[in-house]
Amino acid sequence: MSNISTISVARRERVAPSAWDGIALCLVAGTLALIIYGAQQMNAPLASVSKAQISLSPAALPEYALRTTLRMFAALGASLLFTFTYATAAAKSRRAGAVLIPILDVLQSVPVLGFLSFTVTGFMAIFPGSVAGAECAAIFAIFTAQAWNMAFSFYQSLRTIPEDLDEASRSFRLSAWQRFWRLEVPFAMPALIWNMMMSMSGSWFFIVASEAISVGNTTITLPGIGSYVALAIERRDLTAVFYALGAMLVVILAYDQLLFRPLVAWAQKFRFEQTMGQPTPGVWLLRVLNRARLVQIALVPLHKGFVTVAHAPLSFGRWRWRRSPIQRRWLNIIWGVIWWGLWALVGAYGLHALYVEMAGQIGWAEVFSAFKLGLMTLTRVVVLVGLASLVWVPVGVWIGLRPGLAMRLQLIAQILAAFPANLLFPVAVVGILHFGLNPNIWLSPLMILGTQWYILFNVIAGASAFPTDLQDAAANFRVRGRNWWFKVMLPGVFPYFITGGLTASGGSWNASIVAELVTWGNTRLEANGLGSYIAKATAAGDYPRIILGVMVMAVFVTLFNRLFWRPLHAYAERRLRMI
Amino acid sequence: MAMASTIETKTVLQVEGVRKAFPRPSGGEMTVLENVDMTLKEGEIVGLLGRSGSGKSTLLRIMAGLIEATGGKARFLGEPIDGPAEGIAMVFQTFALFPWLTVLQNVQLGLDALQIASDEAHKRALEAIDLVGLDGFESAYPKELSGGMRQRVGFARALVVHPDLLLMDEPFSALDVLTAETLRTDLLDLWSEGRMPIKSILLVTHNIEEAVLMCDRILLFSSNPGRVIAEIPVDIQRPRNRLDPKFRWLVDSIYERMTMPARAHAAEARPAFSAGGIDMLLPRVSTNSIAGLIEALAGAPYHGRADLPPLAEHMHMSTDALFSIGETLQLLRFAEIEGGDIRLTETGMRFANEDPHVRKQMFAESLLSYVPLAAHIKRVLDERPAHRAPYARFAEELEDAMSEEWAEQTLRSVINWGRFAEVFAYDENQAMLSLDNPV
Repeated sequence: MSNISTISVARRERVAPSAWDGIALCLVAGTLALIIYGAQQMNAPLASVSKAQISLSPAALPEYALRTTLRMFAALGASLLFTFTYATAAAKSRRAGAVLIPILDVLQSVPVLGFLSFTVTGFMAIFPGSVAGAECAAIFAIFTAQAWNMAFSFYQSLRTIPEDLDEASRSFRLSAWQRFWRLEVPFAMPALIWNMMMSMSGSWFFIVASEAISVGNTTITLPGIGSYVALAIERRDLTAVFYALGAMLVVILAYDQLLFRPLVAWAQKFRFEQTMGQPTPGVWLLRVLNRARLVQIALVPLHKGFVTVAHAPLSFGRWRWRRSPIQRRWLNIIWGVIWWGLWALVGAYGLHALYVEMAGQIGWAEVFSAFKLGLMTLTRVVVLVGLASLVWVPVGVWIGLRPGLAMRLQLIAQILAAFPANLLFPVAVVGILHFGLNPNIWLSPLMILGTQWYILFNVIAGASAFPTDLQDAAANFRVRGRNWWFKVMLPGVFPYFITGGLTASGGSWNASIVAELVTWGNTRLEANGLGSYIAKATAAGDYPRIILGVMVMAVFVTLFNRLFWRPLHAYAERRLRMI
Repeated sequence: MAMASTIETKTVLQVEGVRKAFPRPSGGEMTVLENVDMTLKEGEIVGLLGRSGSGKSTLLRIMAGLIEATGGKARFLGEPIDGPAEGIAMVFQTFALFPWLTVLQNVQLGLDALQIASDEAHKRALEAIDLVGLDGFESAYPKELSGGMRQRVGFARALVVHPDLLLMDEPFSALDVLTAETLRTDLLDLWSEGRMPIKSILLVTHNIEEAVLMCDRILLFSSNPGRVIAEIPVDIQRPRNRLDPKFRWLVDSIYERMTMPARAHAAEARPAFSAGGIDMLLPRVSTNSIAGLIEALAGAPYHGRADLPPLAEHMHMSTDALFSIGETLQLLRFAEIEGGDIRLTETGMRFANEDPHVRKQMFAESLLSYVPLAAHIKRVLDERPAHRAPYARFAEELEDAMSEEWAEQTLRSVINWGRFAEVFAYDENQAMLSLDNPV
């Protein structure tokens, strides 16, 4: 199934180890050792991790970086598992999809940190006295930053499987299991890998909050880059913050080179196109693995194992149409009643629990003020996305029309998007204090700091894809200035801009919780908004207000997407699509 | 087939009174296939020939167990078909190859469900690849292959399961003329030499010559709803020669049958042709093709009258496309189709000789007189005070009589014709029809 092992079969006869084997062996063994070490640390007693244990010495950073990375990959694994099950269920059963997809839509708009407050105590209770509970809570928080878009992407892919391949796999009677591994997963792979990369980038943003957990009275500090940064901020140690930035950059580059570049190159073959595409970008890791003969041989059984599993029929008998239409209709009604009844019960229970939690704590005035704060954050998001667009759309077009530059700069823009902008917050705080600025205005740019890049690299992609003949036509008729922008270029990049804008605005909402309340040592800067409302409620362990804040934000995000981005997206699809 | 006639022939496939209808969004249902009977015996190649929308592909998918019939019975080797059956393999119009699997892996995919030991599967796959003449390409990916080679992979994948019945859904229509002919010949050679592990073939096609070249029997389908209107045995010695007079005669007579019943059917279904009849399905034919065909017919060597098969060849058009344009000409009274011939009417001849401005006027006149839907739209727009009406108003009206897809095609066609004739205007952004001239 994999590129690597196909080549290995062809080269089996040459078994002498090569120098490349040495390099590959070091890579593989080193990674394994690191994983085992990290996993052992995760099972330590709870008392061993406290703030006192965190050291700001740069020598401690490699270990912290390792543990943070392991957490992120554990979360990524969990996200994949979630994606494969949840999205598959939603796509396969109309009845399940009718419930699961709206739920996913809401989950996606719930701010990531909102999940943390509710799950910490639960996980701690499962593993009393051990770090494992706290680790699980942290991993779960990262998971919530990664899983939803992956699941959505997989769901979309499953819904758009080409009809002829679907018919071919049915007519050759593949079982559901075989179909999943041979048709559905491969078809979804390119989009899924892209979303995994986005998810990894997104989760860096919440690393501080998920490692240095503090909800009400519960305070946990798990060894990791996030806790390191938290301590550095508390101690006002700007040098340490920069050390952490460096470590993070190294980690990002490492997994980009060792994991995602090879994955992207490998996923090229799953692109659904029947013509020869562009040549696969050169990836040094793949070259090393291809040249390392012993590794190649070691990979053969792995590949065989996968093929055996993926090809296994694992079928519970073939689904048939034997039942009469009347029987089927009754069965359908019975299942429908059971299914929807179950959800009605769950919903009723949820409402009841909500009522018990909120009753007497939250009055209408509180709800009203939460909505008012929501409007303030909304204003920030709208203004910032607008400003960022004004800056980055022209820049993106300028870059995108220069192919050589676009290749290089797009990569940089992607790394910038992966970069956790919140680590720069302390710098902003120092600046705001120094110049005595109004935090209500000057904290706002922090919300878009990390997400503006989505606008940039989407516009670059759009401008690069702009057809040359249309550019030539515009040049031939001497379309210039205003006309060129409004009649030629902007309509051309608009669909791409929408994608970027949507991502940027969603990210900004999420970031508001971190950006509207920033601390630096004992200094606390606060901007009025829904983000700081949730952040304060979380710090105080005030559950009714956390719930209220999270719910209001989910409502705002969902409505904003439905009423603003979706119509724009539909318009772009209908009118501005290049065929 | 000589082989088949000497021994007692077994029935491979039997279809009785099969019907397929889809529920309509507005309630009620749409029949695409009505009361189809057919049998397929061992050693036969049978063709399902018809124009698009005649339900022949639907019938093939019912036999493949991919969709369920609404009524009637379909049996394969005596067993009712209730899902994809072992012993039936399919070749697809679009090849349906998995782009991430190599040729060998694609072919082996056919064996996945059969629980065959991997060594045996490997051997059988190599044999099948060898049979279709693709040896040497085992490790190639589909995107490295030309269309013809891709379809060979499609054949190998179907043959590797050693099916009793091979279903082919327009297998050559996505290929260029030369490639398609080579593939047909190769397939027929393998069939005549008995080298393929199959008992019968069912071929869906809209290409008359292809059906006559390949089949022992042809079932002719009519459109809307699809049903079998004729069963034509092809008693021509194999290998068949396209220039053989008997071959030509059969092709001509099928052309005739394919055009005639359409008229008879239309007349019988809509007795009051001019009054009402807005629910007539209109083909997607551009005004350019209409004018183009009229000009071609008026000029040498046709001088107003042409035999359809050579005309199709001369114009490099598929039969289906030519029929669509020809019937539009007939609908607009610019031409008449009879007995496999097309003849320009007086109006048609005059149209050919006029300048663009007069042509537009003539077209508008014909459109409003003979296309009830166009007249209906004009009337509605005239009656409304603002002379505007939304697209959806007419689409909904049409959807009472036809599927959503067909309603859209019909409305798009009439809008295009109406715009050309400057009878009414259409604003795509607002999906609004009006009498205004576009600014």
